[in-house]
Amino acid sequence: MENDGERVATQTMEKAGAENRRNVAISARSLVKTFGTGEFAVHALKDVDIDIRENEFFTLLGPSGCGKTTLLRMIAGFELPTSGIIQLDGQDITALPPHKRPVNTVFQSYALFPHMTVAENIGFGLKMLGRSGGDIDKRVKRMLALVQLEAMANRRTDQLSGGQQQRVALARALAPEPKVLLLDEPLAALDLKLRKNMQIELKSLQAETGITFVFVTHDQEEALTMSDRIAVMRAGEILQIGAPTDIYERPTHRFVADFIGDINILEGSVVSSEGRTAQVRLKDGAVIEARVPEGVDGSGDVALAIRPEAARLAGPDETAALSGTLENVVYFGAASYLHLRLGSGEEFVLRHSGALDAYDLSTGSVLGIALQPGRARVLE
Amino acid sequence: MSGAQLSAAHAEAGRRARNARLGLLGPAVLIILLISILPLGITVVYSFLTPGTYGGVTWEFSTAAYVQFLFEEDIFDGTLAFNPAYLQIFLRSIGLAFGAMIGTLILGFPTAYFIATKPRQQRTFWLFLITLPFWTNILIRTYAMLLIIRDEGFINLTLMNLRIINHPLSILYTDTAVFIGLIYTYLPFMVLPLYASLEKLDFRLVEAGYDLYASRWKVLSHVIAPLAKPGIIAGCVLVFIPGLGAYITPELLGGGKKLMIGNMIAIQFGSSRNWPFGSAAALILMALVVIVLLVYARAAGREAKAHG
Repeated sequence: MENDGERVATQTMEKAGAENRRNVAISARSLVKTFGTGEFAVHALKDVDIDIRENEFFTLLGPSGCGKTTLLRMIAGFELPTSGIIQLDGQDITALPPHKRPVNTVFQSYALFPHMTVAENIGFGLKMLGRSGGDIDKRVKRMLALVQLEAMANRRTDQLSGGQQQRVALARALAPEPKVLLLDEPLAALDLKLRKNMQIELKSLQAETGITFVFVTHDQEEALTMSDRIAVMRAGEILQIGAPTDIYERPTHRFVADFIGDINILEGSVVSSEGRTAQVRLKDGAVIEARVPEGVDGSGDVALAIRPEAARLAGPDETAALSGTLENVVYFGAASYLHLRLGSGEEFVLRHSGALDAYDLSTGSVLGIALQPGRARVLE
Repeated sequence: MSGAQLSAAHAEAGRRARNARLGLLGPAVLIILLISILPLGITVVYSFLTPGTYGGVTWEFSTAAYVQFLFEEDIFDGTLAFNPAYLQIFLRSIGLAFGAMIGTLILGFPTAYFIATKPRQQRTFWLFLITLPFWTNILIRTYAMLLIIRDEGFINLTLMNLRIINHPLSILYTDTAVFIGLIYTYLPFMVLPLYASLEKLDFRLVEAGYDLYASRWKVLSHVIAPLAKPGIIAGCVLVFIPGLGAYITPELLGGGKKLMIGNMIAIQFGSSRNWPFGSAAALILMALVVIVLLVYARAAGREAKAHG
């Protein structure tokens, strides 16, 4: 155990030196995980490649069952991949047991030890690493201050509120100064207000400690607000990796566009294209200019994505790009969401933030839709 | 209805409720009196009487039974000399029961852990196997054990056929035989409470332990064992107490040569015809058990307080 302790310590020191170089912390290649065999086999991960950089807040986002938790547990060492390798700082850790990896986890259930006090919980990792009592005390004090729980040091964990337990779990995982901190939907059990606060706290904690965070969630809003980069997963595959703005504004995959925020997806076919811009004819005959992202084949039948906020009602003097029959208006104060039915039968939602007085908003009235230039995108 | 009538009715209802309560308590009180208090009372009284020549007791007060436990009266001059024979039997019993307790814990813990980590539907099957011996009379099971460990038994024949040993190991009629017998008999009493504790264990805590740099052994000693403590204590009490008073196992496997408290007490009521001494020995054994239970209650109380 002592050796492990030294190893973790040296790695932490090396990391401090490489603060701004943004090396790759975790690198996974061709990861496959199959549960069961034959026709009952479940493919939790199908050939996943991923590079998580040092010092970044990286989020694995996807619906339940997409393999994000399996990937996280593999990095932690709780699952062995069926094939493929995982490296940490260039060292192969694929077969290393969890207690030999300088990686700590904040569990969804927190998994605090009920037979220990808050301080004993936080000091557990350091104790197992064989640190001296004095060192542990000092570090535990610092961690308690970091998560603002100094007054709770000697409490039993079951005397704490959900939010406080969450902080203890965080402090416990951060205390041994891991190379990478894994967070498995840690905010899922908190109520909305607390969750919002913890999102901000987590983000600033990550900046403060400089530790790489790998965060798993199925909440797209959470992913967008907190992450440096997001990997969107579905059915054991990574569909897109990118910064939140990339994922939201430049989705390359239909699923990604659909999963993150509200979006209108319309069927059409490309009539002409020039560079990365294509003219797409929709099913009701309207022709719309759309961007074709890198790596997407912009020809033939395609799907077109338009965010509700990239569209608005066309003014009386404007030429409308599209038109639809009004079905429903949802008023949100700052803006209204209008649900329209296009001539093709497809539904179109737009977010109109201006005044609505000039429009006939009775159900069944035909309204023109104006699009912001360059916001319509062709999807894979 | 007038006020006086009303209060009278209330009084009547109250009296009926009290009577009903007493009526319902009655059977339980009667059973406790008949099965527990009365025999215990008889034992206490007998322990202070003088043995009858052909068994039974003579109604003559005497503390001789308690004195006899530690001292021997010289037949000729009546002086008392310290006689550790009975004390030795008690100490041997405590040692054997304690050994059986540790032995069953060492064997029972992995067994219980194994069952608790199986998928839910399979656990019933494994628990059924653990309780299977209870379906057979303990006497028959002990005879079976006797056949296995005797000089021409299964163990010795196998070892000799494999040419590992040349002469049979004499296990039967030794402390080792009694020890093996006790472990065999009381193992389920250890496994079941351990299983009950381990089944409730949140295995995510075990993962948390591994994640925080604890090796397998450290997870066992720092996470699993402390959380399974109620089961460990209950299992130890359930093995130690009946083990202390074991009768059939030492009688058959110890061959009557290696006495435990139970056998010694039986002899007093049988061939030794010293009922008062048998009663006194039984009461001393009971005092020991009460002490063990008090220690257990204190440990359990501390536990409850810590988690309260």
